[in-house]
Formats: sequence, C-alpha cells, structure tokens
Amino acid sequence: MNHLLALLKENARISLEDAARQLNVTVEEVAAGMQELEDTGVVRAYQAVVNEDKLEGASVTAVIEVQVQPEREGGFDHIAARLSRFPEVTSMYLMSGQYDLMLFVEGNDLRTVASFVSAKLSSISGVTGTATHFRLKTYKHHGVLMELSHETERLQVSP
Amino acid sequence: MKPNDSKSLLNRLSTTVSDLPRSGIRDFFDVVSQMKDVISLGVGEPDFTTPWHVREGAIYSLEQGQTGYTSNLGMPKLRKSISGYVEKFFGVSYHPDDEILVTVGVSEALDLAIRALCNPGDEVIYHEPCYVSYRPLIQLAYAVPVILETDASDGFKVNAEKLRPLITDKTKVLMLNFPTNPTGGGLTTKDLKEISELAVEKDLIVITDEIYAELTYDRPHVSIATMPGMKERTIFLHGFSKALAMTGWRIGYACAPAELIEAMMKIHQYTMLCAPVMSQQAAFEALKNPEEDIAVMKESYWRRRNFLHSSFNDMGLPCGLPEGAFYMFPDIRHLGITSKEFALQLLDSQKVAAVPGTAFGACGEGHLRCCYATSIEELEVAVQRIQVFIDTLKR
Repeated sequence: MNHLLALLKENARISLEDAARQLNVTVEEVAAGMQELEDTGVVRAYQAVVNEDKLEGASVTAVIEVQVQPEREGGFDHIAARLSRFPEVTSMYLMSGQYDLMLFVEGNDLRTVASFVSAKLSSISGVTGTATHFRLKTYKHHGVLMELSHETERLQVSP
Repeated sequence: MKPNDSKSLLNRLSTTVSDLPRSGIRDFFDVVSQMKDVISLGVGEPDFTTPWHVREGAIYSLEQGQTGYTSNLGMPKLRKSISGYVEKFFGVSYHPDDEILVTVGVSEALDLAIRALCNPGDEVIYHEPCYVSYRPLIQLAYAVPVILETDASDGFKVNAEKLRPLITDKTKVLMLNFPTNPTGGGLTTKDLKEISELAVEKDLIVITDEIYAELTYDRPHVSIATMPGMKERTIFLHGFSKALAMTGWRIGYACAPAELIEAMMKIHQYTMLCAPVMSQQAAFEALKNPEEDIAVMKESYWRRRNFLHSSFNDMGLPCGLPEGAFYMFPDIRHLGITSKEFALQLLDSQKVAAVPGTAFGACGEGHLRCCYATSIEELEVAVQRIQVFIDTLKR
C-alpha cells in the first residue's frame, strides 16, 4: 500500500501541508497523489466514523443474509447491482458459504427495516431467501474501538 | 561507627558504586515529574502498546498455569524462534541449543557480555553520545571505559579512522549500538566493513546492541555480525522492546559463539535464573508473525520522523535526518546556552520535556534528545511551543 493511502486511511482530514511533511514530499505531490487515488477509483469517499450508540434516537442496523438465484448471464452482479442501489443498504458483499449476499441495512426503526425486507428485498425476482439479524451494540467499527480508551501511564522521561 | 547511622551506611558502600554518577535521565525525570500538562519528548519507548495477539498469547499461557521456571538459557521453543528470526532478518545463523541466551532485556545481556569478557583493567571502547548504561556497566565490571566521540558532522558515525588511535594492547572489546539511542545514527555497509577489518586485525571482541535494527528507515539494516570474520568474535544483542513495543516485558537475547554464551549463562543462572516465563511466552507469540506488527508501527514512526525533521530545520534547529530509532538530536549550539539550560528553560516556560544531550555523554553538549514516539498531535503542539521558546531566546 502506498504511504499516502496508508495515511489517509488513518486520518482522511489531514491537511495537504501536514501530509507533505509526514511523507517527506511536496504539497503538490500530495495533491497529485490524492487526485490519482480519486481518479482511479481507489479512494471512493472520505467519511466520519460514528458511534451510533451515542446518538439520541439512533437508527437501527441489520445484517441480512440473502440467497439469490444467479443468472446465466452476469452471475450475481446483475441482481447485486439492483439491490445495492437501495439507499437503505449501506454496505453489501458477495460471500462464500451458506448464503450469497450480505447486506448491511440501516433504517429509522425496526419497522422500517422489516418492511424493507418484506416489501422491497423479498419481492425482487431472483431473491430466494433472507435471514435478518439486528445489531444490538457496536464495539468496533471500521477498525475504531467505540469505547474511548483510557490513557495508559507512560513515564515522562525514560532512557 | 553506629550501624544505624545513615552516614555510616554511605561510608560502607562499595567505592565502585558510590563513584558511579547518577543518570542524567533520572535527574531530569525528577524535575519533569513535579510538573503537570507537560508534552514529553523525553521518553525512550514506543507509544504503542504491545500488539494484542502478543498480550492475548501471554494471558492464555497464564490461564494455562505456565508459571514455573524455564531452562536457564530460555525456553527451547523461544530460542528456536529467535534463531529463525535472526537468520531471516539479519542473515546470521545461531544454533538454538548453545548459541542463544534469553535475557531480561538487552540491558541484562549487555551486563553479562561485559562481565563475561573483562578482567579488571581491560579497556572497552564505546561511542558517545550513547545509551546511559554503557559506561556504568563497563565500570561495574572493573574495566576501563574508552570513549569514541561521535558528532553531528557525519551523522554520529563510528569509523575505522576514529577507532584506530584508541586501540591499545589492553583493548579487549568494542561496543556498538546502531541505530543509536540518542542520535538516530546508522552505519553503512562500507563503514561496517572497515570497522570489522580493524576488529579482526586487532583481535577485538565486538558487542553489538542492535535493539533498533528494524526501525531503520531508508535502507535495509546491516549487522556487523554478517561481515567476514565477525560472527566468531561478535556478541549480538537484540530484543523485543522497541520494534515490537514490549519495553515493560523486559525480554531480550544474546547470540554468540557457544563458549561466550556459556560464560554469560554462568552469570545469568546465578543472578537471574531465567527470564520471566510470561515474558518468554509473549516473545514466542511475538515472533510468530513479527513483520506485520513491525511494519505498521515503523510506518508511523517514519511519518513522525519526517514531520519533526522538517519542522526542526524550518525553525532553524539544525538536525540531520536520523537513519533509525525514534530520536532526533537537534543542534542548539548557535543559541548560546547549554543543553541543560535549554532543556530546563523549555520545560519551565513552555512545558515541553526533551532530554539534554549531556545525559548521554559529555560530547552530547549542544544537543537535545527529542523522542518522536508520541502522537502527531502532541508533536505539532511541541513544535509550536519550541518555536515560541527559540524566538524568545533570540530576542
């Protein structure tokens, strides 16, 4: 992985100047590198990692295992493209194993998610089965522990 | 003399010990620990905690009840892992049965090596500025410390030209520590070749402390033990503290020809018996896949090195680009105050702690050791405060 990408994955909000200093390159080189990552589609977005549990009236997240009938032309990709366009679907992966697609679905409350599954998801032709699991609590999200870590004591001066 | 008179107790101390100076680090620590909200560039350890799988492995071994003594040399499975790792990373092969000794940090290994080799009066050459324990350990072995001074002009290197005039018929040992704490200095293959040729010519034993080896940034690290004729005269010291963020586990090792390991083991078995078993378990776990853990931390140190290096130079604190470790050793001579005054005033006025260069030997005067193993946010604040301090000095 290139140095710039590793840095952005840790802190996407870093300024061009700070990135240049840390990577020992010029500001122009950082800007060009970011442009290239964006143009080639390697970097798709810069987002905040949010602890939903801290929000009042937090939304509901479900993981849905979906079994589908792959098509003769296009395999899973065609139906996957249709499913992924629903705004309720926040992440989606093709999986090996017991089921085919794993969807992360977000809604305002339990009913919204339930109706998404029954009304929208199940009715799509090619979807042969679903199993829905609701999130109870988030411990870690995108590599970030949700609990604020307490500082461990380090000697202020040591050899 | 009354036995309960504290003055009389001081009189009864060994003169070797009473003559040892207190560590400059400890003096400074006492000052810093009195203050609040200090940003410290004064540490000598990673800001990472030990990788989780290592901690988890140690917890599991405790749950399994592995709490007994191990072999004096260290657990056979750990010595085997060390042998494999040293061969892979450094390109030197040591037999796990009789050429590797697991110790309580490299600090213990250094002590054992010097005591195993030196008779009273033997001369030991070491380079300054250096880690704080080198000189005292030589003195505690009743050997004679001989300083090879290094300086900023050539990146704090040791070379054959500086070394040759210091060698006498009493010189027995040459101690090397590259990358160096506190300067970040490193040696090239050419430097190592010339030094090793001289060591062979003068029949010196070399003790090489390569604790920062993996944290060499711009080129692969080369060990002096790989040079022709060196393995048979080298005690190679390494450990887990720095690259694997395991300072508090106190676990290191020595690799050397069997005769030397046997001699070091004699002292080790009577003073230490064995390294703590839980630390040995953790070390064994750490060596299962060390490259991945190290790469993540090294990338982070590398960025912070670049940041601090360009920040110091921009504010007019001349500073070479350190080749390894996690220390900067900027030059403050043009500001007209001593290292100690600089460090104390910086601490007092801006609450930034950095260690005076003189804590690492007299020739560290005119420098400060600034450790960049602290968060980039703290480094940014530290840089701003140092800038303010330097501006007030110049006024």
